[in-house]
Amino acid sequence: MNRPWLLWIPLAVVAFIGGLAMYGLAVPKDEQVHSAMIAQNLPAFSLPAATAGVEGLASGDMADGKPRLLNIFASWCLPCKAEAPYLEALKKAGIEIDAIAIRDRPEDVAAFLNEFGNPFRRIGSDSEMAVQLKLGSSGVPETYVIGGDGTILYQHIGDIRAEHVPMLIEKVNAAK
Amino acid sequence: MRMLALICLMLATPVFAQGSGPTPALANRQLPDPAQEAAATNLMHSLRCIQCQGQSIADSDAHMASTMRAEVRQQIAAGQKPEAIRGWMIARYGEWVSFEPDMKGAGLLLWFTPLLVLIAGIWLARGLFRRGA
Amino acid sequence: MAEAGLAALWLAAAMALLQLIGGMTLLRGGAGQLVPLIKPAAYVQGALCAFAFLALMWLFYVTDLSVLLVASNSHIDKPLIFKLAGTWGNHEGSMLLWVSVLSVSGAAIALLEKRIESKTLNAALAVQAFIALGFFAFLLFASNPFERLVPAPIEGNGLNPLLQDVGLAFHPPTLYFGYVGLSIAFSFAVGALLTNQVGPAFARAMRPWVLAAWIFLTIGITAGSYWAYYELGWGGWWFWDPVENASLLPWLAATALLHSVSVLATRNALRAWTIMLALVAFAMSMAGTFLVRSGILTSVHAFAVDPERGAFILALMLIYTSLAFVIFALRIGSVKQGEPFQLISREGGIVANNIFLSVILAVVLIGTLYPLAAEAMGDKISVGPPYFNKATVPIAVLLMLALLIGPMLRWRRDDLKRLKYWLIGGAAILLWSGIAVWKFAPDVGLFPLLGIALSLALAVAAWLPLRGRKLLRTPLPMFGMVIAHFGIAVSVFGMAAESGFSSETLTALAPGESAEIAGWQVKLDDVNPVVGDNWVAIEGELQAVKNGSAFVLRPQSRQFYRPEMQTSEAALLTRWNGQLYAVIAQPDQEGDGRWQVRLWWKPFVPFIWYGGMLIAVGGIIALLGRMFRRAKKPAKNKWQTT
Repeated sequence: MNRPWLLWIPLAVVAFIGGLAMYGLAVPKDEQVHSAMIAQNLPAFSLPAATAGVEGLASGDMADGKPRLLNIFASWCLPCKAEAPYLEALKKAGIEIDAIAIRDRPEDVAAFLNEFGNPFRRIGSDSEMAVQLKLGSSGVPETYVIGGDGTILYQHIGDIRAEHVPMLIEKVNAAK
Repeated sequence: MRMLALICLMLATPVFAQGSGPTPALANRQLPDPAQEAAATNLMHSLRCIQCQGQSIADSDAHMASTMRAEVRQQIAAGQKPEAIRGWMIARYGEWVSFEPDMKGAGLLLWFTPLLVLIAGIWLARGLFRRGA
Repeated sequence: MAEAGLAALWLAAAMALLQLIGGMTLLRGGAGQLVPLIKPAAYVQGALCAFAFLALMWLFYVTDLSVLLVASNSHIDKPLIFKLAGTWGNHEGSMLLWVSVLSVSGAAIALLEKRIESKTLNAALAVQAFIALGFFAFLLFASNPFERLVPAPIEGNGLNPLLQDVGLAFHPPTLYFGYVGLSIAFSFAVGALLTNQVGPAFARAMRPWVLAAWIFLTIGITAGSYWAYYELGWGGWWFWDPVENASLLPWLAATALLHSVSVLATRNALRAWTIMLALVAFAMSMAGTFLVRSGILTSVHAFAVDPERGAFILALMLIYTSLAFVIFALRIGSVKQGEPFQLISREGGIVANNIFLSVILAVVLIGTLYPLAAEAMGDKISVGPPYFNKATVPIAVLLMLALLIGPMLRWRRDDLKRLKYWLIGGAAILLWSGIAVWKFAPDVGLFPLLGIALSLALAVAAWLPLRGRKLLRTPLPMFGMVIAHFGIAVSVFGMAAESGFSSETLTALAPGESAEIAGWQVKLDDVNPVVGDNWVAIEGELQAVKNGSAFVLRPQSRQFYRPEMQTSEAALLTRWNGQLYAVIAQPDQEGDGRWQVRLWWKPFVPFIWYGGMLIAVGGIIALLGRMFRRAKKPAKNKWQTT
């Protein structure tokens, strides 16, 4: 064979694939699908009220100059129940929170708010998940930081835990 | 006893439920125009479901897949081009949502792979024939 | 019993170590005293492993719940067949099965293989012992199947409900048998490299193992595809999912190897190629196992995923393959070029087959790993069916073209003029069927059109190697080849017809309403709840009528509990020209009493799996032929000294 280096290519391929596989094992896989809508304006939407007594939500409602949180939740979702006290804590810290209820019935939302409290200013009902899709959201619960001009600033995937509360407060305050 | 278990399970739907909203009309209905439906189906096979990540939205029972199918059919019915709809999805979920990487950047190399490997294979094999009797 | 099994495993590992050390002294050139022990050690290792596996099976048979593995994977109330299948329906047991098959095969080689020099045989056995040692270490240190559980539970945990399906209980071992066969081919290849015996005798010794491995892989992939088809409920039969690709990669390599090893056995050419393919085939089976077990790629079929065990398999894979490729790089220079041949010759056709299969393999491998590489660079992308179809089908078309001509060519040199009438005939079939399909359906895609034309031409051409032969005197392997190639035509025809001409009806029906699909009137008669062992289901009763004949279909939507999971059991109605595929899903909208019903008419779709089975049958016939021939007369050693 007049090109001895060719014979080492298979070994190089094995080394490369091995390296890749080790990387795959070592770096925890990011299963979450992040929204690509960060730093963009909220898509236009207008959702009816999710339950009696709390107003519905339109994109325009969130561009009133005041930064806020937008919580995506559902009464049938377990982690949403777990994050309820921290949403309450955020509200106590003076942060305004709007919400979108996904695939929910008015009576279920009412029961949920009854049981876990209502930290929300407005709740829109997204029964077909259409707005969720527009937001690039991939599940419940999720929480977005929305700037005063209606820009999406940050997406938090999964339930809010105690350690996330100061971080979210800071993000909202930074947007002021 | 079994029947009782069954009834309990039926009543206890929230255990399994992913909520109780209506399914979007176009999620599980075809478009009346066969050409449009074919374009939509084709596109749906190339979009990845956000919820159950191994499947395309055309092969998935997940609610998110229903919503995405409905969105695709709606936009196709409104005259949108399939590639524009793919762009719309990518603008929301990133390149990840498309099963068909773009022919640019990292994807470019991928699309040229078959050709490059074929050329390399033929180049490696050509020595076998040269000394042909 | 558990302790006896464990002791047998340790002893077997010691035997493997003895084999390995014996092999090393052999290669040192010394006529070490350990060398004569290699074969007996292989017998003992095989017997001990078989005992260990049977011991585990016994523990599952009597449901000995004081054994952790039994307690966590079985249940006293389980049907016997699933109790036994539980032996390998889990990680530890499947690894034990793997190493047992490997050891028993090693013993069989040591006992039966008389064609190759004993030095090469001993080297091959030592390589096999080296592979087995890795798996012994894995079993004994990281996944002991015989671990006790104190205190013993009363009834046991059960088994993943999905695995309580006969198809799935036997699917993984089928693939494993294929992987083990490829590991034996690998051992032969490395043994032959080390002892400088890369020639026809070695190829003849290796061929039955490659053939057997390939048959198992073919059956495994065909069955897996059919399972996905009826279980996933959307009518797809191949999703280019990482787990599916992981089983396809070794098959592609094994198919290429099967062809090149024939050339080496009969014509003493393609020596380096064959060695290379043997190494790649085993590397692919290890890579496949790694991809499936480690879960580093997102898949629909992911279960039994465990990153730590994935790391162990990765380490083994890297050790085996990189050592083998180092030996390859150092030793292949001393392997002389084989017999020459011309481009237009049987060998030339097989080289084309090898190139195209290797290109498809490379494309599938790169496409599967690409998202991982992109992620390492900070890009999150997906590579899925649209890419794989577009990238592999054109090469598969080239492969089919080579297959139309190749088997008719003579060895060494040939002239296409000799075959001109056949070539013109083949081109005529291609053209005619292409135009006919196009006339019939002008807007059908290019790939289905090409697929139908090529498969029709191949369905004829596959039989041509038999022309002018006395059929009774034709060797069985020749029949095997012809049948396998015909099977490819059948399978490709099914794929092309399905992808080009399926029709789909998505609707929602209340009992009494009907829908129409491809000339069938399908009426929903009734919807009933059904209860299974660990699931509840909604079963639809559909009546399908066409041309006055009526059939009943009963698709189910199953809800499993423990663990929670929803599956669709499609109902299939098979006619000679296709299948009606019916699925019932959720209630459409709350309260309107309608059920989502999905219907497909898939013309000729069963041909995909009929073809796959024909391919496997061809392989079995060829394998039987080789065994009979060997039993009748010792193989000629024309090329022994090279």
